[in-house]
Amino acid sequence: MFGDSIFVPMSVLLFTIIVLLGAFVAGLVGSLTGLGGGVIIIPLLTLVLGVDIHYAIGASIISVIATSSGSAAAYVKEGITNIRIGMFLEIATTISAIIGAVITVFINPSYIAVIFGIILLFSAAMMVRKKVDHSDNDTSGKLAVFFKLNGAYPTENGMKNYAVHNVIGGFLMMFIAGIISGLLGIGSGALKVIAMDNIMRIPFKVSTTTSNFMMGVTAAASAVVYLHRGQIDPGIAMPVALGVLTGATVGSKILVKTKTDKLKVIFAVVVAFLALQMIYNGVTGKL
Amino acid sequence: MSKENKNFFADRDIQIILGTLLRVGVIASMSVVFIGGLVYLAFNHSEVVNYSQFDSAKSGFSTISEIFIELGDLKGSAIIQFGILLLIFTPIMRVVFSIFSFLIERDYLYVLIGAFVLCVILFSLSNKLVG
Repeated sequence: MFGDSIFVPMSVLLFTIIVLLGAFVAGLVGSLTGLGGGVIIIPLLTLVLGVDIHYAIGASIISVIATSSGSAAAYVKEGITNIRIGMFLEIATTISAIIGAVITVFINPSYIAVIFGIILLFSAAMMVRKKVDHSDNDTSGKLAVFFKLNGAYPTENGMKNYAVHNVIGGFLMMFIAGIISGLLGIGSGALKVIAMDNIMRIPFKVSTTTSNFMMGVTAAASAVVYLHRGQIDPGIAMPVALGVLTGATVGSKILVKTKTDKLKVIFAVVVAFLALQMIYNGVTGKL
Repeated sequence: MSKENKNFFADRDIQIILGTLLRVGVIASMSVVFIGGLVYLAFNHSEVVNYSQFDSAKSGFSTISEIFIELGDLKGSAIIQFGILLLIFTPIMRVVFSIFSFLIERDYLYVLIGAFVLCVILFSLSNKLVG
């Protein structure tokens, strides 16, 4: 297989150092932009280092568990996360993440690359889009009341109540987000935001932290499938998980001090370029 | 109103314990991965990597029992894989803990929901899904 590869053979040490640095940058930028580390590390591994996309997916999902659990730990303590919404929607995301992880190996890697590119483009667009808070405390549907999803979160002016809308629509959107997460080994935060912000009309703070809270369980469900299939290789997963987690931790420290609007635009361009590259390589069958 | 407040404070305690559980899980598992990484690099640093083609048999750590058997030899890659296993179990433990906390709150609907999510993951763990 070496003959037709454009990638130079590498020693374990060099490979580990390159992946570690790349994963650090992925984690840093992923946390500054809210995009997550997975969507950046997968193009890096496949396009730059010639790693098979199935290994890249396996390593990425591990970094998703690490970063989401790490940041969820902080958010949960602040009391913003709505644990009931999280648990309720996990019904959808765990089932669909497993379905995604099971079917991913039967799909031609070229198609996976194309799907990945499309999701990446979409995430970049979502990142620069102006966010509008649709939340309110008006009467909500029977389902939201039955499942006790309506809640309150701390603000500067005390606790603020909010109502959850369109539970079924949000649940279905989460199901799609879970399939994408299991299929591509990413957190699919952009799709979760659509489900929670736009469909269920949950306040930003609550939706961001709750989606983070769910991501760990969703990723664990598909990681188990990847593990059984041998997609999680310690030689790749080690530098990816350590690098992304360190980068994300540093990123969350900087985030408090800096304005990220300009960074997001610059980064959206880079991500769009990566996305087109993934799609191109997928269409031409190079991945 | 008073009922809502009472619930809120119970929720706060649960949230603080949940946060600690997640933090400890991530730190512990990543420390194991880090140590395993050092051992792995010390013994395998000059090998040539070849990840250009996915081979399901290559990693050799595809079941939990395999990881534990290899762990006995203190191989670097086995230690890394054990750390990854700990990491995967961190959010799963979080679900288990949530079920107990909803049980204490007598919120049986959410005990049921949590148990269902746990069953989905346990079914995935049973290794019936990968042929």
